[in-house]
Amino acid sequence: MTERQPTDWRAPAMQRRLRRRYAAERRFRLLGLAAILASAAFLAFLLVSMVARGAGGFVETRVALPLDLSDVRIEGARLMGPGADLALAGAGLENAVDRAADAAFAPAGGAAILSDGAWLVVRDAVKRDPGLLGRRTVLDVPVATEIDIARKGRGTPEAEASVRRLGDRLSSGLNTDFFAGADATDPTRAGIWGALKGSLLTMAVTMALAFPIGVLAALYLEEYAPRNRVTDVIEVSINNLAAVPSIIFGLLGLAVFLGTFHLPRSAALVGGLTLALMTMPVIVIAGRNAIKAVPPSIRDAARALGASRVQVVFHHVLPLALPGILTGTIIGMARALGETAPLLMIGMRAFIAAPPDRLTDPATALPVQIFLWSDEVSQGFVEKTSAAIIVLLVVLLAMNGLAIYLRNRFETRW
Amino acid sequence: MPRRLSTLAALLPALFCCACVDQAAGAGEGARDQIKAVGSSTVYPFTTLVAEQYLANHPAAKPPVIESTGTGAGMKLFCAGIGARHPDIAGASRRMKRAEYDQCRRNGVGGVVEVQVGIDGIAFAEALDGPRMALTSADLYRALALAPGGRPNRARAWRDVNPALPATPIQVYGPPATSGTRDALAELILARGCLAVDPAAAALKARDEAAFQARCQRVREDGGYIDAGENDNLIVQKLQANPQAIGIFGYGYLEENLRAVRGVAVDGVAPDYRAIAAGRYPGARPLYLYVKTAHLHAIPGLRAFLRDYARLWSDDGPLVRRGLIASPPAVRAAAAQTIVRETPLDPATLH
Repeated sequence: MTERQPTDWRAPAMQRRLRRRYAAERRFRLLGLAAILASAAFLAFLLVSMVARGAGGFVETRVALPLDLSDVRIEGARLMGPGADLALAGAGLENAVDRAADAAFAPAGGAAILSDGAWLVVRDAVKRDPGLLGRRTVLDVPVATEIDIARKGRGTPEAEASVRRLGDRLSSGLNTDFFAGADATDPTRAGIWGALKGSLLTMAVTMALAFPIGVLAALYLEEYAPRNRVTDVIEVSINNLAAVPSIIFGLLGLAVFLGTFHLPRSAALVGGLTLALMTMPVIVIAGRNAIKAVPPSIRDAARALGASRVQVVFHHVLPLALPGILTGTIIGMARALGETAPLLMIGMRAFIAAPPDRLTDPATALPVQIFLWSDEVSQGFVEKTSAAIIVLLVVLLAMNGLAIYLRNRFETRW
Repeated sequence: MPRRLSTLAALLPALFCCACVDQAAGAGEGARDQIKAVGSSTVYPFTTLVAEQYLANHPAAKPPVIESTGTGAGMKLFCAGIGARHPDIAGASRRMKRAEYDQCRRNGVGGVVEVQVGIDGIAFAEALDGPRMALTSADLYRALALAPGGRPNRARAWRDVNPALPATPIQVYGPPATSGTRDALAELILARGCLAVDPAAAALKARDEAAFQARCQRVREDGGYIDAGENDNLIVQKLQANPQAIGIFGYGYLEENLRAVRGVAVDGVAPDYRAIAAGRYPGARPLYLYVKTAHLHAIPGLRAFLRDYARLWSDDGPLVRRGLIASPPAVRAAAAQTIVRETPLDPATLH
């Protein structure tokens, strides 16, 4: 029996093999790094271009308008009640504002440089302080979209000339209407709150339906259902359902909720029901995986100590599986939040000038609003579209943050 | 942990029940106090503007719901029936078809009021650094029809259709087949070019309208005409990226994007406001609203909404600033009369 020769690591052949091994290691590591860098670059490009284009959407340009409201006459009592808006419209406030602008900014374009909503700002100021009527004052009011764009650097030559003439009478400020208002035809008045509220109502319905049904289905399939043909078919169907394109769910919603149940068109309720159909399979799959990951020893221990099956499920299995279930749920909800196609089918692609108050009110959702604004004629909507995308991304980020928080809070290690 | 969980478990059914109650409330809808409009994406921006003015004038009214579905889909929804579930108004970038009117009749819609709100032009445009094309409807027919003169379209470059044109490839970005703008391209430009080029076309049109449409109004599908989707801003961007291409969209977009693109003259007439208003531009078409007579009585504010429309469509009104082209004064006066008298549409004038 011969002694095995020890490997001679300094032999040239061995050295070559070693070098090849190390090179392969390095190549693989660099490839992985390159993949990470590429995705980070895409993300950075997306974020930077969105923020660069959309940041202007949160800012509005205002002009200091000298006003003389001495000839707008109205009784103080009428300014208090709910009829105040009507009373002020009837008293010719809009004309007074236009006249004041014509007098103050004649060389720069007169009343045409004011936003259509400028007189509404004056109206609200008068409602806050009725003393403004009957004296001279100076108010900052929003300017028309052409002037607004020109001040931000992308305007027509005429509008830029107007901006130069107005000089330091222009100022910038946070566009509060954008966060408080609903869709409008004038980009300076368009707001995101209507669509955001529509999205939140829709998501509430989706969550209220998809989460309990999805979790109960997952629990039953994992803990109670016998293994046979029927449960196999159900399992395959659920997996297939999770992969069905969302437009199909839109058609289903159109046929079932609008066609058969006669629920109102364009309502957040129907949107939520439709998206719940789409989200449920995702929750079932995530829930089953999370429940499967709970070690059987925990169930056995609980049963050995005399716990009933319901007690085992609610005291032990569900709390341990909850982080996984919640992560799956939030991912499903985030997908539903960004979904447009099914909502188009059930009529949520509509112009609605006020935020919805109830689930049955007509509403739009954030992604649909982005879609509608991207198709608008006016240049001012370009930055509004990007601003709306930023709002959508922030909402998504908040939802994902919530998922991470919940997971860390409930997570148990063993 | 179990305690926290049980709170969660208690909350969820509560949420669920909220949804149920609302669902029950929604299902039993009877009357509606909110105007609903559907229809053409070309009429949509004007109807939304009127909706805004209507709200400003009637602060107590509920906001109208304006949906942009395209003319064909809008007509289908409009004619599906009468009552709170069905829309009150359909906007259209072409006249209602006889078949659609019959559909309305079958579903018990009854009288329909037709109002011409203004004119829109389809505009051909190129990038500012483009070759300054000037086309005729005959050129466009030869370049874009599926089978000009009955033979498959083999034209690849503009020179193939007219030796006076440059040798650049035919690349035309336009709306999809479901769009009213595409209908206008077929009916206004291609049909006109066909009649000018094809000697048999006029006789065919008189004899068999359907055969005429099949021969003259089908758009080629081999890549010369590029379907760019309903988003007209996207077409403008594509033209900037590709100066050799031509884009087709509504006149309103051309007016708004004159810093990026330039209108292409058709048959010697450039697409501008005056030419379209005067009826000289071949690519001009009227825009319509259709309103259910029965809903005029049932939906509060519908009459006021239509009166607001008529108030805003004047020569220098807000709708014109938004891109609408005002109809001639006589047509406007007649349309205003139709609104006041609620004259129902005479189906004999449709085809």
